[in-house]
Amino acid sequence: MKRMGENGYVKQSFVQDTETLRLSSVNELKELRSILFETLDENKPRLVICAGTACHASGSNGIIRIVKKYILEKRLADKVALRITGCHGFCEMGPFILTEPQQAFYVQVGLGDVPRIVEALLSDKYVEDLLYRDPATGEKYYSRDDIPFFKHQQRSILGLNEKIDPIRIYDYIAQGGYSVLEEVFSKQNADWIVQQVKRSGLRGRGGAGFPTGLKWEMLAKQSGDQGKFLVCNADEGDPGAYMDRSVLEGNPHSIIEGMIIGAYGTRATEGIVYVRNEYPLAVKHLKIALKQAQELGLLGDNILGTGFSFDIKIVIGAGAFVCGEETALIRSIEGKSGEPRQRPPFPVQKGVDGKPTVINNVETWANIPLIFKSGADKFATVGTENNTGTKIFSLVGKIKNTGLVEVPMGITVKEIVYDIGGGASGKAELKAVQTGGPSGGCIPANMFDVSVDYESLAEVGSIMGSGGMIVMDENTCMVDIARYFMNFLKNESCGKCFACRKGTQRMYEILDDISNGKGTLEHLDLLKELAEVVKDTTMCGLGQTASNPVLSTLRYFTDEYIEHIEKKHCPAGVCKALITYSINENCVGCQACIRVCPEGAITGEKKQRHVIDAAKCIKCGACRSVCKVEAVDVV
Amino acid sequence: MINLTINGLHVAVEKGTTLLEAARFLGFPIPTLCHMEGLSPYGACRLCMVEIGEAPRAKLVSSCTYPAEEGLKVRTTSSRVLRARRMILELLLASCPQSKTIQDLASAHGIRRQRFRQEYEDCILCGLCVRICEEQMMAKAIGFRSRGENRSIGTPFDAKSDVCRLCGACMYVCPACQLRCTYNEPEKAICGGCANLTPPCIEKEQFDDMMCYMDPCVACEIKKD
Repeated sequence: MKRMGENGYVKQSFVQDTETLRLSSVNELKELRSILFETLDENKPRLVICAGTACHASGSNGIIRIVKKYILEKRLADKVALRITGCHGFCEMGPFILTEPQQAFYVQVGLGDVPRIVEALLSDKYVEDLLYRDPATGEKYYSRDDIPFFKHQQRSILGLNEKIDPIRIYDYIAQGGYSVLEEVFSKQNADWIVQQVKRSGLRGRGGAGFPTGLKWEMLAKQSGDQGKFLVCNADEGDPGAYMDRSVLEGNPHSIIEGMIIGAYGTRATEGIVYVRNEYPLAVKHLKIALKQAQELGLLGDNILGTGFSFDIKIVIGAGAFVCGEETALIRSIEGKSGEPRQRPPFPVQKGVDGKPTVINNVETWANIPLIFKSGADKFATVGTENNTGTKIFSLVGKIKNTGLVEVPMGITVKEIVYDIGGGASGKAELKAVQTGGPSGGCIPANMFDVSVDYESLAEVGSIMGSGGMIVMDENTCMVDIARYFMNFLKNESCGKCFACRKGTQRMYEILDDISNGKGTLEHLDLLKELAEVVKDTTMCGLGQTASNPVLSTLRYFTDEYIEHIEKKHCPAGVCKALITYSINENCVGCQACIRVCPEGAITGEKKQRHVIDAAKCIKCGACRSVCKVEAVDVV
Repeated sequence: MINLTINGLHVAVEKGTTLLEAARFLGFPIPTLCHMEGLSPYGACRLCMVEIGEAPRAKLVSSCTYPAEEGLKVRTTSSRVLRARRMILELLLASCPQSKTIQDLASAHGIRRQRFRQEYEDCILCGLCVRICEEQMMAKAIGFRSRGENRSIGTPFDAKSDVCRLCGACMYVCPACQLRCTYNEPEKAICGGCANLTPPCIEKEQFDDMMCYMDPCVACEIKKD
């Protein structure tokens, strides 16, 4: 086999593609990148289509098929290129097509729109009616980067998604992927890596915010005779949150690169990605990426001829929420049922199979290559002093622009909700933002100036969590929200420790009573007392934060609880036992509500005011959602 | 030896000693339900909580699973500990009121009422039976299943276990329920201890003259009603 010479082994192998390319030195990787870089034609017109799970659900696969067909039929393959990528973040507007180099952003594209878009791109024109328009002002945006949703973000992790086809390792390498390995391997200094991560100030993105560098340092100090583990925690279980999923689906190689760097710095020998079975696309892309990296010699024995060996395997979890907790995750990897255990010993002392283990979240791993690319000091300038870097949030709920947003830490909730999210989606005013998933808390609207960092959020009774952000307006009942999350937690508690199992069940029971109008004021005291004890006495993070939804809503929305209890009234009109539907004088007698009512509870002649029979009404709200004249009242 | 302070008293213990062992060695009583000498610590009942560290970083940990650490300051009866312990006992009493052990503990802690909706469960899932079956009887006949409120103890698929020797150890260690015995359905019974007696109590007509490891057999007593 030819080695590197004047012709270049890499180049020959790459061009001829006769044998599988396997890189055996850092220089070969460099050479491969420069070849790939030469083949990149940034000016070639290109359609970029997101095939992440959210766009997939809104029909991007059909769009991709039509685009391919059109390009082949019209023999345009030389003139226009197509890139299928992971999530871009603006899931509200999917499926969409982004064009390069124009940066035109066509939203909610239909199958019939494809030819127009391709032709417009080829003649450097725009399809005006498909461009994104601001829903409030109606303003049209020609360039994607001017859209407020994107303009106010700092997309250092998510920004890579649109440049890479996740199943093509060459895409990642051409964008500077795996370039950090060159520096890391040439320094041959494990301490330096750990020190850089410490200097960057990166904190765990899984929720607790433990400094990553410190964790690595502890692992590096452990004896490695028996082997050491690095684990990527991709067991994202918060309802409505999909940050980790999008990174894994859209850019799996960044995780792999991060883990290789981590392994070199801590001298870990084995890597595991623990991902849930509910993420089939993420698993598929990750498997492909691992195979590609192994074939290219970036994983496995003797990586890039440095003598350093490290490999990563996938463990698929069954999707228990508690398995996101470190000790439960370790047991799950070992094949046991996912139950936490008391710490100490900490995973870094005794982890998978009793060997020292470091567990980091997907987003944390994706940050590692960025630290080394920009330099630790530069990385630390983003965000605030103790909260460096960016954080991805999944912004959902009663807001105009839903999707994934990446912002520097220390930004205020207000900026996220109004500047990026575009404010309330309906007429009702925003009431609160729930952060941190089921174990997080609610931040009321008058505190939207709070800075989004680990300490400030904890101060107001919430948590950063893995980055869920649910926006709620006046039509959201806070008792119902607390009840919803407690229901989730009581089902997802592993049940090992009594305080968590019974505590969450009893909290749910009380909240359910209150929302059914059976609560008493004594219930409120009991609820608070119980919530505080559960927080104090449970074994793992799930139980210790399980009280947050209750405590934070009790703290900021006591009035709502009291109204439920004393007046038997739900101000938001959500708690079914406490509301009645009626039709007011606005009714024009269109009979639309009569047609949708599943119980036949509404009667009335055409052009006559209709009437709801309260005895038959199941309070489903169907009538209200179809009424065009707002004639259905909820009291 | 590891030096630590428990309720202001200095104590030196061997490495690997738990806080519970150290405290009991000094004579400080700590209530437990899921702890038993000879079985591995589990930390499920959360009654043995003690406070460690100093404000504002003080926290509660289960003493049965927490190893003694050099210089650790432990408080076994701080107001925070007592508040937690009383709430847990109230929860236990609300779920499992018929257990003599729980009644006694609640009484000793001055619990005179419970404010939750009364339940009559027959198991607090402390796991003593699971551990004695595995660690002392070497049988592994029973284990935990499912999670959250559906968590329960039993044999795989509820089938009569091949490895169960009907030793009755699970019933013997049970602090709360004693209802694991399924009286007159030996094919379902995990323990079947009563079937081993001569004459076996399940063969008796009526349930008026019960013989059982549990005296009286609470299962039978309650089922009879």
